[in-house]
Amino acid sequence: MATPTKIAWQTATIERIVTETPSVKSFTFRLPEWRPFRAGQHFDVRLTALDGYRAQRSYSAASEPERAGLIELTIERMEGGEVSPYFHDVAMPGDRVELRGPIGGPFTWAGGMGGPLLLLGGGSGVVPLMSMLRHRAGSAPEIPAVLVHSARSLDEVIYRDELLRMQNANPTFKLIVTLTRSRPEGWTGPARRVDAAIVKDALTKAGTPRHVYCCGSDGFVENAANLLVAAGVDAATIRTERFGPTGA
Amino acid sequence: MVTRGFFGLKRPQPPRPIPPGQYWEQGFPVLTAGVTPRIDLKDWRFSISRDDQELATWTWDQMKALPQKDIKVDIHCVTKWSMLDSEWRGVAVDTFFEVAGIDPPEDYVMAYCYGGYTTNLPMEDLRDGKGFVAWEFNGDALEPQHGGPARLLVPHLYFWKSAKWIRGLRLMDGDAPGFWEQAGYHMRGDPLKEERYWGD
Repeated sequence: MATPTKIAWQTATIERIVTETPSVKSFTFRLPEWRPFRAGQHFDVRLTALDGYRAQRSYSAASEPERAGLIELTIERMEGGEVSPYFHDVAMPGDRVELRGPIGGPFTWAGGMGGPLLLLGGGSGVVPLMSMLRHRAGSAPEIPAVLVHSARSLDEVIYRDELLRMQNANPTFKLIVTLTRSRPEGWTGPARRVDAAIVKDALTKAGTPRHVYCCGSDGFVENAANLLVAAGVDAATIRTERFGPTGA
Repeated sequence: MVTRGFFGLKRPQPPRPIPPGQYWEQGFPVLTAGVTPRIDLKDWRFSISRDDQELATWTWDQMKALPQKDIKVDIHCVTKWSMLDSEWRGVAVDTFFEVAGIDPPEDYVMAYCYGGYTTNLPMEDLRDGKGFVAWEFNGDALEPQHGGPARLLVPHLYFWKSAKWIRGLRLMDGDAPGFWEQAGYHMRGDPLKEERYWGD
C-alpha cells in the first residue's frame, strides 16, 4: 500500500475548452499542485454557489500523465444535471474551479504493465481509455492495443480524429468503431451494439489480451464483460468502470 | 471558493437533508470494478473466518432460516449519489455471531467476496444492528449487478463498505485496507464526516 497522503482540494484554472461532439467538451485545467497520476484515474470537482450550496462530481482524466501541470477532463452534458451544464454553458478559459485528485486505483494502466491491451468504451466511457491510449502512444507504442468504441452516431464518436490519426501513425493500435443508432451513407463498419462478432474481431486484432478495460453505462459494461468471458477471456484480467443512469 | 456563474439547485431537492457533497438519486446506479460474479444458490456460502479457517459457515437455506429483519435506510455512495428510503431484507451480523457462539472481540473485520472484492470495517460498525447480510431490495431478490445473491449492508457508511457478493467476514487483529482502501479510499468512510479519501 502506498503511503496515505491527503487528497486535498486545490483551485485549478481552465486553460482551454475543446468541443468534441455536440454534447461533449474537454476542459484543460492547470493545477497548482499537480502530481503524477495513472491513466484511468479520476478527479473530483466541486462547485460552490454564492449561498454556499455545493455540488461535487467525479470525472475521468482524458490526458496522459506525461502532460505535467495539466489535466484534461472530458465532460458530457447531462440534461437536468447541474455540474455538467455549468461546464458546458457557463465555464470559460480563465475560470477557476475547485478540484482534487487523482483518485482511483484498479481501473488504471501504465506502460510497465504490458499488453496486449483491449479497451472497450461506450459513449463517454472512452474518456479514461483515451488517457491510457495517449500514455501508450507516447511511452509504449509497441504494446498492441485495440479500442472498441461504441457510439450512437458518427458525430458522437469522441476523439474520432485523434484516434484515426493514432491508428494511421501506429499499426499496433487498432480502432473498431460501432454505431448503435444511426450511420452515415457508405458506413462499412459495424452498426449495432457490441456483440459476440465484434468481440471476436477485437480479440483477433489484439491477440490474447493481458489487460482488458471496459467503461460505459452499466448496460454497456455488463454486456461487454459477459461477452468477453463467454469468448474465453479470463475474468481476472477484466477491469470495469460503470456510470449510473443519471449522474451529473 | 464561490464558482463564477454557478447557482446549483437545479436538481429535485431531497425531502430531507443528505450528507455533505451528496446529491439525491432516484435510480440505483451500479458501480463495480470487475465482471459480475454469478453464484448458484446451492453453492452459496457465508462464513465467519479467522486467517484461512472458517469458524462457522451457513448455506443459503441455513441463512434464510435465521431471524430476518426488514430494513429501511438511506444509502450514500462515495461517487456522490444518495438513495433515500431503500428497503432491504436480511439477517443482522449480530445474529450470525450469536448463533455461532462466537464472541466478536476483535477490533476489525475484512469482508471478503465472490469475485475477490474486500473491504475492511471496524467491528463496531457492524454490531448492534448496524450491519446486515441482505438479499432483498425493495421487495425483489437482489440482482447480481447490485450484489446478489446477497451483499453486506452497512448503511451508515459509504456504500462501498456494503460489499457485494459477500462470502464472509474475516476477523482481524488490527486494521488493514481492502480493495478500494488500498486505492486511496478512506479506511472508515463515514458520509456525515465526508470521509471519502485518504486524509479526509
